[in-house]
Amino acid sequence: MPDLPERKVGIIACSGEELAVGTVTRLAALKVLHEVRAGKTVTICLPLFLAGGEGDRAFARFHPTITVDGCELRCAARGTEMYSGKPTASVVVSELAAQNSVEHIDGRRRLNEAGQKAVELTTERLMNLVDQILATKQTAKPLISITPAPVKGAR
Amino acid sequence: MSERRIVSVIPCSGIGKAFGTVSREAAYELCENLRPADTTLVALSKLVVGDQDAQSRVRTNPAVTIDGCKLMCASKLVKHSGATVAREVSVLDVFRRHKDLKPEGIAELNEPGKELARAIAAEISGGLDEILAETTGGQHA
Repeated sequence: MPDLPERKVGIIACSGEELAVGTVTRLAALKVLHEVRAGKTVTICLPLFLAGGEGDRAFARFHPTITVDGCELRCAARGTEMYSGKPTASVVVSELAAQNSVEHIDGRRRLNEAGQKAVELTTERLMNLVDQILATKQTAKPLISITPAPVKGAR
Repeated sequence: MSERRIVSVIPCSGIGKAFGTVSREAAYELCENLRPADTTLVALSKLVVGDQDAQSRVRTNPAVTIDGCKLMCASKLVKHSGATVAREVSVLDVFRRHKDLKPEGIAELNEPGKELARAIAAEISGGLDEILAETTGGQHA
């Protein structure tokens, strides 16, 4: 049997600087990557991805991805679709917060309590999506093109 | 009378290394604490997907980019959007001059990382009036 590369999920956060919900995306993505689903996920650096990072774009083409956006502009999801392919799943923090009655998220530099709650909710949603994606049967198509070599820029 | 100009500040906010977080923190320090009246923070992702408000702000104002790694993504993307980069700052270049301020922690910067961000913001702030004077002069040329 050939050695197949380990299947991982790419998390692409918008990290929007102007709004506190952008900070929520960043912190939730890092929590998933380093704590709750370490080893099963990688983060893809959105600016590098958009600036033409071939490694990151290739990863997103052949691995499942989840985009995390702070607001309805959905820059991470749109950017991923523009430069790579439709994300496997996407999360919008402002919508998730509204569904859970988390209001007045503030503090783009230092999140307030509502912002911290939004990080928890977003982390939980991402964690569930990662588990769902990894539990689904892998199709043959992506496997053919996966390069087992380290992906430059994807962490 | 000439219109009052401000500077657009665009950090890369790269998520893979602490230097990306330094770029973000430096932008906040500059725009929120040091020069709130003279600067406007623009989200890089908005700019790249063609958000009209973001594009208008960088095209009508001189831009300062802050990048966390040598790939200089923020600078490249701002130029690609048709804006003029008045100053491109590399966190690594400033770090070379402040070797004692080694940043660690992507989600939460350590104290040297925050200090490095403050140093970067102070350097940019020091040159901001010159950028504003140059670009305002350019308008009348």
